[in-house]
Amino acid sequence: MNTSPSNRKANAFHAQAKNALNDATLKQALRSATDTFAERRSAAIAAVPDWEALREQARLVKDATVARLDHYIEQFADNAEQAGATVHWARDGKEACAIVQKIAEDNGATRLVKSKSMATEEIHLNKALAERALEPVETDLGEWIIQLAGETPSHIIVPAIHMTRDQVGELFVDKLGIPPSNDPKTLCAHARERLRSHFAQADLGISGVNFGVAETGSILILENEGNVRMTTTMPKVHVAVMGIERVIPRFKDLEVFLRLLPRSGTGQHLTTYQSILTGTDSAQDSANGQGPEQVHIVLLDNGRSKIAVDEKMRETLACIRCGACLNACPVYQTVGGHAYGTVYPGPIGAILTPQLAGMHEAKPLPFASSLCGACKDVCPVKIDIPSLLLELRQRAVEGTDHEPATKRSFFESMSWRMWSWFMRGPKRFRFASAMARLGQRMPLVHRLVPPMAAWHSTRELPRLAKRSFRDTYKGPSK
Amino acid sequence: MTDTPTTSRNVSLFATCLGDQLSPDAVHATVTVLERAGCQVTFDPRQTCCGQPAFNSGFWQEAREVARHFLDVFKDAEVIVAPSGSCTAMVHRFVDLFRDDAELLPRAEAMAHKTFELSSFLVRELGVTNLGARLDARVGWHDACHGLRELRIKQEPRQLLAQVQGLELVELKTCESCCGFGGTFSVKMPEVSTAMLDHKLDELQMTPIDVLAAVDSSCLMQIRGRLERRGSPVRTMHLAEILASR
Repeated sequence: MNTSPSNRKANAFHAQAKNALNDATLKQALRSATDTFAERRSAAIAAVPDWEALREQARLVKDATVARLDHYIEQFADNAEQAGATVHWARDGKEACAIVQKIAEDNGATRLVKSKSMATEEIHLNKALAERALEPVETDLGEWIIQLAGETPSHIIVPAIHMTRDQVGELFVDKLGIPPSNDPKTLCAHARERLRSHFAQADLGISGVNFGVAETGSILILENEGNVRMTTTMPKVHVAVMGIERVIPRFKDLEVFLRLLPRSGTGQHLTTYQSILTGTDSAQDSANGQGPEQVHIVLLDNGRSKIAVDEKMRETLACIRCGACLNACPVYQTVGGHAYGTVYPGPIGAILTPQLAGMHEAKPLPFASSLCGACKDVCPVKIDIPSLLLELRQRAVEGTDHEPATKRSFFESMSWRMWSWFMRGPKRFRFASAMARLGQRMPLVHRLVPPMAAWHSTRELPRLAKRSFRDTYKGPSK
Repeated sequence: MTDTPTTSRNVSLFATCLGDQLSPDAVHATVTVLERAGCQVTFDPRQTCCGQPAFNSGFWQEAREVARHFLDVFKDAEVIVAPSGSCTAMVHRFVDLFRDDAELLPRAEAMAHKTFELSSFLVRELGVTNLGARLDARVGWHDACHGLRELRIKQEPRQLLAQVQGLELVELKTCESCCGFGGTFSVKMPEVSTAMLDHKLDELQMTPIDVLAAVDSSCLMQIRGRLERRGSPVRTMHLAEILASR
């Protein structure tokens, strides 16, 4: 790792990406992991005859939900409270962190465990809790590795995707004092042993939410390790942090999403565990109450309601956080998640971050794509990411009613003005191409003109033909 | 495949600015191929560019001005054929540029309907696959992104290549991997752009081919620049050049 987690920024994408390209171990780890996930995904969806219909259906459900997000999220909140949960509303990350802190302090909780959740990463919950000496222990294996390493996740569903097993082995030797090993089974056994004792002692468990069902107030969480189940049931208090766009109207809507999400994410037909949690046992009149005495659901806006009313961008909220677009993206595959300098990396991060954090905080991200469209093809809810990237690029350059344009260099703006002027007149076009022909005969021109210098740094320059097509075409041969 | 009577063979050629200036041989070959397929080809020298470089860079006002010029130049064309999936896809995207323009939006929609990429025009619209071509070479195909994912062109170039005598089509594992060009992306982030391409070119070290071919001059420019820098013996060819070979 070339940059420390706290120094990374979305606006430093270029430098971070260049650093990543120089890391041969990272290159190896990323390529093999993303290829493996992409292959598993292809195999898993090949076995589903109506995959396209499922995608269509899922998107319809999401669009209908986002169109009436206020209605469904209130219905969800009412039903969750009915079932015994306490619902909290957080406008932004700061409010959400304060709510979780207060719940912990009100309950005198000191030993916290947490399962994997991107929403909690988004609001930097661990950091906020650590300030009160309440930092939770991450219990997802990948997240735990990341926490031990003092790192941040580099993938939405595979947080430690950038690490090789050798690196994990070295980390465990260093931090846990285990005998040297790079055997995944051995390393897992050590992790399991350590984590079990944390579960046994924990007095508060924090989780994310994959889906919140409006009609029942239930939350659904998918996982493979069993740590979510323990995090949400063993401690007396369970706190779930849920982005408001996680809501779906009906229980039966889960059918389509449960078929799409695991296949798209890990290439599994179904994750090992699906926990559906509805309120507390005491509220259900259970004779021998199991599970937590208190369930708190923190509903997080943090910019989402703004996206919901943005007609051109609102499909961003259809995302179910499967990570398929990351695995398919040639930019992500090449530079990895940390280069993005954001919580959400890859194609979805490139459209989500400028909207959540503001364009000025993530200027390079909409441009960090060749617009190849691989993300769109794999997206289980058919988000047209390339079109949204284009929309954001336009907003970055030309600004909107709500956000001023980002600063462009005089050279760039002027170049496009001139380009347009030359391209609108055939005579001017001919003149410009004649000039370019002269220019390319001058020595060192490739070192002096910035775009040509950038090209020439890694590739031989293209040469304009001695005579263009328009200068050599003589009309139909017959 | 049958000849669809509704498709006109009066083709207005869109040479594309890159084709016109960088690879006129590929554009001449496009004319040859279209004429062999029975088309009457005309070239309007007022044409310049589709506007994609500015569109992809966020400069939509400038893109709109150039797209407007395109709409005017090709106003009376019956069908427009371009030796590029990417430029064709851009013409199909004019509807995004003019979404708030009641006058130009219908014209943009009509333009999209009559603008075709070369291989899909030959195979889907004319039902032609055999153009009597001959090329003794092992050819790897690059599925350029916009043709593949926006225009859904996959089998058409393969059907055409299959009819070329002497040609051995070598399917590459990375045939659908982006070449990393991406317009201004290639000069804004040259290292990332090149690393993406290297992933593709690395395969060629294990899979011997003579020619890496595509239907887009832009991808071929990127690929050729890197092959030359790497000192590779593999050459690049445009699909039209292969189909015009005898």
